[in-house]
Amino acid sequence: MYKYDSYDQAMVDTRVEEFRDQVRRRLDGTLAEENFRPLRLQNGLYLQLHAYMLRVAVPYGTLNSAQMRMLGDIADKYDRGYGHFTTRQNIQYNWIKLDETPDILADLAKVEMHAIQTSGNCIRNISSDQYAGAAADELIDPRPYAELLRQWSSFHPEFLHLPRKFKIAVIASATDRAAMRLHDIGIEIVKNDAGEIGAAFYVGGGMGRTPMIAPLIREFVPLDQLITYSEACLRVYNRHGRRDNKYKARIKILVHEMGKDEYTRQVEEEFAHLLNQGIEPPLAELERIKAHFVDPAYEAGASDDLDRSDPDFALWVDRNCHAHKQAGYVIATVSLKPVGGIPGDASADQIRLMADLAKEYSFDELRVTHAQNIVFPHVRKADLYALWQKLAAADLATANLDLIGDIIACPGLDYCSLANARSIPLAQKLSERFVDKQEEIGELKLKISGCINACGHHHAGHIGILGVDRKGTENYQLLLGGCEGADTSLGKITGPGFDENGIVDAVEKATEVYLAKREDGERFLDTYRRIGVDPFKEAIYG
Amino acid sequence: MVEAQFRFRSDEPVADPAVTVDSFGEQTNAAAVRLEPGDDARDLLPFVDRLKLVEVNFPAFTDGRGYSAARILREAGYEGELRAVGAVFVDQLGVLRRSGFDSFAPDQAIDPTDAEAVFNRWPEVYQATGDGRQPIWAKRAQGNISNESNG
Amino acid sequence: MKILTGNDLKSGAVTWWDGSGWSLHVEDAVDAGDQAETILAAEEAARRVNSGYIIDGEKTADGVRPAHIKDRIRALGPTVRPDLTLKPADPNAGNWVI
Repeated sequence: MYKYDSYDQAMVDTRVEEFRDQVRRRLDGTLAEENFRPLRLQNGLYLQLHAYMLRVAVPYGTLNSAQMRMLGDIADKYDRGYGHFTTRQNIQYNWIKLDETPDILADLAKVEMHAIQTSGNCIRNISSDQYAGAAADELIDPRPYAELLRQWSSFHPEFLHLPRKFKIAVIASATDRAAMRLHDIGIEIVKNDAGEIGAAFYVGGGMGRTPMIAPLIREFVPLDQLITYSEACLRVYNRHGRRDNKYKARIKILVHEMGKDEYTRQVEEEFAHLLNQGIEPPLAELERIKAHFVDPAYEAGASDDLDRSDPDFALWVDRNCHAHKQAGYVIATVSLKPVGGIPGDASADQIRLMADLAKEYSFDELRVTHAQNIVFPHVRKADLYALWQKLAAADLATANLDLIGDIIACPGLDYCSLANARSIPLAQKLSERFVDKQEEIGELKLKISGCINACGHHHAGHIGILGVDRKGTENYQLLLGGCEGADTSLGKITGPGFDENGIVDAVEKATEVYLAKREDGERFLDTYRRIGVDPFKEAIYG
Repeated sequence: MVEAQFRFRSDEPVADPAVTVDSFGEQTNAAAVRLEPGDDARDLLPFVDRLKLVEVNFPAFTDGRGYSAARILREAGYEGELRAVGAVFVDQLGVLRRSGFDSFAPDQAIDPTDAEAVFNRWPEVYQATGDGRQPIWAKRAQGNISNESNG
Repeated sequence: MKILTGNDLKSGAVTWWDGSGWSLHVEDAVDAGDQAETILAAEEAARRVNSGYIIDGEKTADGVRPAHIKDRIRALGPTVRPDLTLKPADPNAGNWVI
């Protein structure tokens, strides 16, 4: 994975000192809150429901064991002993103090980490495929492109006061594991007919109040024009994105209102102009970054055999392990969704344990997934049982990847001042209700958002739940049929909402309809798409 | 015309009042214009050689359109004074400068010591913005680095 | 009653105007009445509170009760982590929120 050179290190170190000075001026009164707020947001610091919340960046979801260990230590030293992994592959701490934040950032900088632009009206953490560099179905590792874009977007002077936040995802396989088309810019690294590698740009996707699937803006951008094209997309947005209404300020609204063709025309015009401005790094820079992403030193001829005699282990292998491109290896997912637990949360001890296990069993590398789980990308089959045992001892071996128990949930009203309803207690109830049925149900991506901002990605859930405020009490709407992969679709609301117990029952009824009607290995989503919403509505609303 | 508190030019500031973009085209000897966030900087491109001063107004420091306007003008070869006016606060000074502004007329005076710290904060930059600073990727290409990773 | 609430600038902790200062405990909240905005502006300017705002509440047998569930959660702490709330020893504390 990428390692900073002295330039990268200078950038994060300078940022720490810049923020330290800004905090000093806020505390002594020379910097007003309204001026300080965007600055602290662009250093990842929110003022949240209970305290300050710090969102630390995990660039394209990749980190090493030293970094993971630091995340655990920060939880102990500065917070209350745990962290929360998010749907954008980052980590959040909920009990941060303002005057300690510069020190936290300094500690992070020591291990090449930061909280740069994880909030604010700027380009945010660039997300990617959690199986990058390990999956057999990828064209190429997408992460070097994400790193190139990370450096381009960090402190970019023209784009620090955008109309709104800006989220980019980069993938390089037809199987989209990063919900690429639900981003402001989704980039798929592709090969054209001439066999050249380049980037397809999808612009104008997103969830929230008005979910939209990003249309294709440009089929092929050559690799040596990647930055220039991205800059053109951003400049058109910065100039023309709406600034009169916060809820209409995302680029998806601009593309929708301008029309895809007009937006494309303006981008191409800006792009042609920018090509003469010398803003593109040479290809050698991309090659320099790529050199950090070579395959680990796999053991040649590693055995593909696996002793499955322990039935709990076998279950976990079948559920949580994914085929690796290298014979004798697997990609192992650690579920952070124990039955009845808080989705995405991990204690400092658990975080440090995962750091140690990565060092021992996964070539010192981990991933954070946008489904709020952790991945060990390169595990030798011969080591898998030992790894599983150690995970199991720490309550980290729940075998529920992509089952209904693998719930994606935002922090909700328990933690977030934007929320209308709590999401975590609901997730806990659902997790317990389905613990014995989830295997039979099979793949079912259940996503819960505590408000319309959709941080739980409920629009993209096979079953989605949206928390709303109904005359001062918490209420929940049920959506069916969302999907975030290559066949992206947005979930549809089924009807009137429910209270907490009611929505759990409604979800159960939906799964019962599926179990009764499914054919030939269909997943829940497949049956829904075949039979439509009416059978579900009938069962739920009678 | 608003007087600049900070100015990085050696020539004399023009005394002309900055007219609006709308009226600028009609006034064939006007040398100073003020851009509002909703104006299109490209409307000024035919006049780049005549212009001596462009004021870009920031009614709110969070409205970032002025940054694009500045870069567009510099990219078009505008070499006159490019002045950020209005809700200009100390923490935006460095970023404004990187975008092409060479003078600053904030509504509220800025502490010069704080300003100096901000202008001199960043020893390196990641992007080429036309401000003359060599971006990190260019330095790397020249081999101007200790290519050691940290730790 | 009109209650003033906000966060401590340095620590971020949720605070409540108790008539002379800012308390961590909603039970100490007083009715700021028609002085609410004036008090808030002064306290904000003096940096004794950050991002403060005015809410409705009522005095009940259990003490001061903010009108909205969000502020009750702010008053107590996350309902899903009783150990992290202001009343970790009280198993029924979460019921008060609802």
